[in-house]
Amino acid sequence: MYRHSEKKYYLLVSALFLCAVLVIIVSTGMGYMEIAPEEILRVIGARIFGDSSLTAGIETTIPYVVMDVRLPRILTAALVGGGLALSGVIYQGILLNPLADPYTLGISSGAAFGASLALLANLSMLGHFSTPIFAFAGATLTLLIVMRLSTFNGQISAQTLILSGVIVGAILSAGISFMKYLADEQVAVIIFWLMGSFASSTWNGVLLIGGTFIFSIGVTLYYGRDLNIMSLGRRSSDTLGVETAKVRKILLLTASLVAAVCVAITGIIGFIGLIVPHLMRYLVGPDNRKLLPVSALAGAILLLLADTMTRAVLPVEVPIGVLTALIGGPFFCVIFRQKQRGKSYE
Amino acid sequence: MSDNSLFTLTDVSFAYGTDPVLQEINLCLPPGKFYGVVGPNGCGKTTFLDLLIGARKQLTGTIVFNGKQIHAYAKRELARQLALVPQEFDTGFGFTVEEIVLMGRHPHIDRFSSPSQEDWLAVDQAMECIGISKLKDRYTNNLSGGQKQRAVVARALAQNAPVLLFDEATASLDVKYTLQIFNIARQLVRAEGRTVIAVIHNLNLAAAYCDQLLFMKDGRILCHGPTDQTLTAETIAEVFDVQAQVVFDPFNKTRQVSFQYWQQ
Repeated sequence: MYRHSEKKYYLLVSALFLCAVLVIIVSTGMGYMEIAPEEILRVIGARIFGDSSLTAGIETTIPYVVMDVRLPRILTAALVGGGLALSGVIYQGILLNPLADPYTLGISSGAAFGASLALLANLSMLGHFSTPIFAFAGATLTLLIVMRLSTFNGQISAQTLILSGVIVGAILSAGISFMKYLADEQVAVIIFWLMGSFASSTWNGVLLIGGTFIFSIGVTLYYGRDLNIMSLGRRSSDTLGVETAKVRKILLLTASLVAAVCVAITGIIGFIGLIVPHLMRYLVGPDNRKLLPVSALAGAILLLLADTMTRAVLPVEVPIGVLTALIGGPFFCVIFRQKQRGKSYE
Repeated sequence: MSDNSLFTLTDVSFAYGTDPVLQEINLCLPPGKFYGVVGPNGCGKTTFLDLLIGARKQLTGTIVFNGKQIHAYAKRELARQLALVPQEFDTGFGFTVEEIVLMGRHPHIDRFSSPSQEDWLAVDQAMECIGISKLKDRYTNNLSGGQKQRAVVARALAQNAPVLLFDEATASLDVKYTLQIFNIARQLVRAEGRTVIAVIHNLNLAAAYCDQLLFMKDGRILCHGPTDQTLTAETIAEVFDVQAQVVFDPFNKTRQVSFQYWQQ
C-alpha cells in the first residue's frame, strides 16, 4: 500500500526511458553518413528477427555502419553513463557525502594506473582485453587497499573512507605521471586513453558493461530500503534491523565493480557520477529506490548526448572525458553555490 | 540468576583499545520495569547501552537477552524486540518526518513488500501520540533539534518493540516535551508491561519515573536496586561528588533531590 501517489515518479521514469530510446535511435542516424530513423529500425529488426527482407532497398553499407560501427559505441556510451550514475548514487548514499564518486575513493585512479601500466609495458599477452583487465585489477586492488586503510576495530567510517581514497588516489596519480614521463613515444596512447573515448567500442564491451550494469542495479535495488535507513547513521540503522556492516561492504563492492568496468572499457569520464544523482535528488527526493532507476536513465542519456556531440556535431572529436569535465565542472559549481546559499538563509 | 530475566550480564567488560571502559558488570534485569541509568559524564553509560543493543561486542563475559546471546540475534530479529532512541542522529539527505517514522516499521516489513495498513496505522498512532502529526510532511533537516528528537521517539514507538532504550533522549527538549515523553514511557511500562532502560542526567526525573536505578561510576555499576532504596544523599555524594539531600516531595508524592549549590 502506498500512501502518496506514485504517479509523478512513474511518469518521470517512463519519460526518461522513452527519451533514452529516442536519443539512441536519433544519434545512430547522426554522423558522417546520415541515416533515417526508419532505416535504422529496419536494420535492427532484420538483425534481431533474422529477416533479411526488411533491409531490402537499403544501401549495403548501412547495416554495417549501424550494427558494427555506431550501435556498439552508442550502447557503450549509454551503459557507461548509467553505470557511472549508479555507482555515484551508491557512494553518495553510503558515505552520506554528496561529493562522493569513484574519483573521491581513488577507484578511477586505480583503474587508470593499471591501464597505464599495461599500455606502458606494451603488455598484450591477454590480447585485446589486456588493458581492461589491468584496469579492473587496478581498481579492485585500490578498493581493497582503501577499505583496509579505513577499517578500524572492524568498522569502516565514512570520513576515513574518503580520506583514505584521497590519499591512495594522490599516490596513484603521481605513479601515473611518472609512467607518462617514462613512456616516451607511448605517452600519447596513455594520455588519450586517460581522457576517455568510446571510439574503439565493441559488442563484447557492450555485453560486459551491460551484464555488470544489470547485476549491480539488481543488487542495489535489493538493498534499497536498507540504504535509505543507513543514511541515519550506523547506530540507528543497526537497531532498525539493518545489517549495516554487511550491506555497506556489499554495496561498496558493487559500486566499485561498475565503476571499474566503466573505466576499464572507456577510460576516465568524470562528473557523470557526481552530477546526475545530485540533479535527480531534486526531482525524486532522497529515496534510493526511486533515485537509482531515474539516475541510471538520466546518466545514460547525458553521456550519450555528450558522446554524440563530440562524434557527430563538433568538427573535431574532443575526448569525451574532457568534454564532460568542461561542461559538468562549471555546472556543478553553479548548483553547489545555489545549494550553499539556500542553506545559509534557512 | 532468575528465569524471569530480560537481560542477564555476567562478568562483562569492555575497552576501547587498552582503555578499560566497563568492568565486572554483573546484572540481572527483569522485564516490565522502568530502569534509569545514572552517573557522571564519561562513566560508560552510552557504551553500556551499546552493549545492550549489540552495537559493540563485549571484551569478556556474556550478555544474554531473552535466553539467547545478544550477538546470536540477526539484526532484524533484534529490532523487533529492542528499539533505541539515540541522543543525536544523522538526517541524511532529508527524508520527511513521516518517512523517518515509517523507518521504524522496517523490521516488520518484508523486503519486497510495501507498508501494510497495519504499518501505516502504527506510524499514524506514533505521530499522534508524540503530537507531531502536523509535521509529517516537513523535511527533518529543516526541523529544530527538539522536533527532530520527537520524530525519533515517534519512530521508536512505531517500531512497537517490547523493550525501549533511551540514550539521553530528552536532552534537547524543553520541560513540556520532556515530561510528555517520560509520561508516554511510563505509560508503556505500566499499561503494556514493556521495559524501558533510559540513560538520564536529571536525577529528579529519574527519581520521579524510574522503578529501579543503576548508578555507574568509572565503568562499574556502583549500586542498583529500587529507586527509593538506592537514591540517597550518600550514593549521590559517592557517585557525583556533590552534596545533596533527598526529600519527599508532597506535590508529586515522590522523592526528589535538592542540591547544595554554593556555600556562603
